[in-house]
Amino acid sequence: MSTVTVEVVYRGIFQKNLAQRIGRGIILAARKEGKVGISFGRYGDSPERNGVPAKQFAIVADDELELQISMARYEPTVADITIAVDDTLCKGVESWAWYGTQPINKLLHEGGLLVVTSIHSPDTLLQWIHRQPYEYDIAIVKGPASFSGLWVYKEDHTEVRVLGTLARVAPQLFGLKALEQAIMQEWNDNLKVVSAQKAFDRAVPRRVSTDEGNPAAVEEYEKPKYWEMQDAIVVKGIPVGKGFRGEEGGFQPERNPYFKKYTTRTMRPVVDFDKCVKCTLCWLQCPDSCFDVTPEHLYDANMEACCGCGVCEAVCPVENCITMVNETAFADNTSQYEMWKQDAQVYQGWVQEKIATAKTSEHRGHGFHHRGQYADEIAALQKEEDA
Amino acid sequence: MKADTLVIPQETEALISGCEAIAQACKLADVDVITGYPIRPYDTVMQAIAKLISNGEFDAEYIIAESEHSQFEIVKHASAVGARVFAGSSGVGWFYAMEALAVTAGLRMPVVAIVGNRALDDPGAFGVEHNDALAVRDLGWMLTWVDTAQEALDTALMAWRLAEDRRVLLPIAIGMDGAYLTHSQVLVKVPSQGMVEQFLPPYDRAELQLHPDNPITVAPQVNEDWLIEIRKQSDEAMKRAKSIIPDVYADFHRTFGRGESPWFEEYMMEDAEIALLGQGTIAMPVKVAVRQLRAQGQKVGLVRLKWLRPFPTEELRAVLSKVKAVGVIDRDYSFGSPFHAGVLATEMRSALYSLEKRPYVVSFIAGLGGREVTAENVIEMSNMTMNVAASGKADTETHWIGVRG
Repeated sequence: MSTVTVEVVYRGIFQKNLAQRIGRGIILAARKEGKVGISFGRYGDSPERNGVPAKQFAIVADDELELQISMARYEPTVADITIAVDDTLCKGVESWAWYGTQPINKLLHEGGLLVVTSIHSPDTLLQWIHRQPYEYDIAIVKGPASFSGLWVYKEDHTEVRVLGTLARVAPQLFGLKALEQAIMQEWNDNLKVVSAQKAFDRAVPRRVSTDEGNPAAVEEYEKPKYWEMQDAIVVKGIPVGKGFRGEEGGFQPERNPYFKKYTTRTMRPVVDFDKCVKCTLCWLQCPDSCFDVTPEHLYDANMEACCGCGVCEAVCPVENCITMVNETAFADNTSQYEMWKQDAQVYQGWVQEKIATAKTSEHRGHGFHHRGQYADEIAALQKEEDA
Repeated sequence: MKADTLVIPQETEALISGCEAIAQACKLADVDVITGYPIRPYDTVMQAIAKLISNGEFDAEYIIAESEHSQFEIVKHASAVGARVFAGSSGVGWFYAMEALAVTAGLRMPVVAIVGNRALDDPGAFGVEHNDALAVRDLGWMLTWVDTAQEALDTALMAWRLAEDRRVLLPIAIGMDGAYLTHSQVLVKVPSQGMVEQFLPPYDRAELQLHPDNPITVAPQVNEDWLIEIRKQSDEAMKRAKSIIPDVYADFHRTFGRGESPWFEEYMMEDAEIALLGQGTIAMPVKVAVRQLRAQGQKVGLVRLKWLRPFPTEELRAVLSKVKAVGVIDRDYSFGSPFHAGVLATEMRSALYSLEKRPYVVSFIAGLGGREVTAENVIEMSNMTMNVAASGKADTETHWIGVRG
């Protein structure tokens, strides 16, 4: 008797096809070894929204009877393997399907496996991945996050590279031979088989110890009892905001304390306050009211509320005043305004460094207006590798 | 002011139909928003209300919708902003509003509606069957049947009081048998406005009221982690309605001197060996037949059920555990149900099942599509029920009465 539960954590819409392909690939490859399985999306994630973290599950069992334990469920409570197909998900995930932010490794257990697609090393990712009281393995599938639209998949072989990695580091699911057969059955593509083989050859798991990882506490949310809930399906409106940080002057809107949105973000706006002309456009256009208005009428993007859509950068009339920077360049959600207030000069250095990062680091669309095709990215990566 | 100087204006007597009685109730309850869409036999209410408004006797927002769906959506929304509302329909019209009917109950909107009971299409027919109103019996609607124009008026006044009670906030559908009740004019006592105002407080939705000064979201989408709690809240509201209905009737009785028995009417049940049970105007021929049978020494009585939701389980058990058999007369059908019975017989079997000393349930289907149920039909049903009581053996057949064949 053995069941292997795999969760694929992905970004809604942009990676739905990718996650479904990984789920199907796992079941089909395991089938080649005589096992059975089920692949399903976390139903509460539907309808998906751009970039909002979502989950796909693939569960493999020895036989139909054993599989029944894992059927007719929305979400398993324990996963043997978690796959994050975007490394910014390592900061935690919050979806429509549950309340509060979950660590990426929440469902893992001792000896479990975390697979992340990333251009970064495990050490870098472990700055964000929440600390666990048990040891587990992490394996990197080297590459940028693969984003595309709802109905399409960008043929960058990410799905088979993840599957090839699994064949190596999770042989209890399936071996490379079975995977090759499954790839030919599902996609009939020899090149994909080669990609899977290369990923198999390169996969190296690394043990994560109990003193590694982000020690920050996870937000907990306890749902009310039915008699504690407001009846008649009524939800009270969020109150009107108050002054900046609750003080006189400025304005800070009240926000939903239970749904923060920031785990949707793959890029964040960096604001050069010294360049700001106080035109208010970012504040007006932000679809999530994420800008806090400071007493001197600067606009501080609140990183708990920002989902990284990039509208502020698009509407800002001043060059390099608001710049969208890859979320991987930041360790926390500290207020940029407070950093600037503390020391404008130090802040200026920080801003310039982040903007430089944006221009040189992994190119990623922030999804909402994703441009650029795989060919461009390959060329850029090739250039990077040559250098 | 001394109590004995308090002058309560008298009731007036009017010759009106069931539908006209409902129009009077709307006027007396000072309903704010009324929607209509014509379908027989309900639509006599529309005409009666239109007449009251055009005569300047009654002031309300009276909206003729473009369909039953809109008709019930409009009153649902009006109810959300704090308006007392009324609507109604019949047969397939009621079904066309079904999506709105489901959300009205889900959102706990105290809409008061009448269903002028009518056979569902096809074939198109105008006569009474109860399957139209029965479609909402599982959705959180309170569901009651009346058998006279007087009871229609009285029940409507109680309906707003009950539905709008902050502990309840559930919609109520009042079933009125098409033609027999909706279209026949009888003498009805119409209470004065002053009496009604003593009985019926204004509708106050309090913190649930949709208003710019009270910013709320109504009816958000939820996931599986909230839904079952919300259903449980409706379940609790319905249970509270069950406990409040007797109070409402008692208060009504104090004010108007009518309507003492909330759940059902008992007719010659004191020493009855068998009971016949039904809803609505079927009580008329049954009462006639019961008197004839009593004259022959047969101990038969009638239980006319008023409320189907909430269902008076304990109250019915108390009465029916004393008889040997109960003949349940369904003016409806539930094709393929246990024993191919009607809805009422199936409910009765369920309600009585766990009684240690329970009567046999004999299931009848009669009067569909407005077919008259005669005293002779009732005597036939009574005899069959008596036979089952005497035989000491359960009867699992469902007997169609008055069907050619």
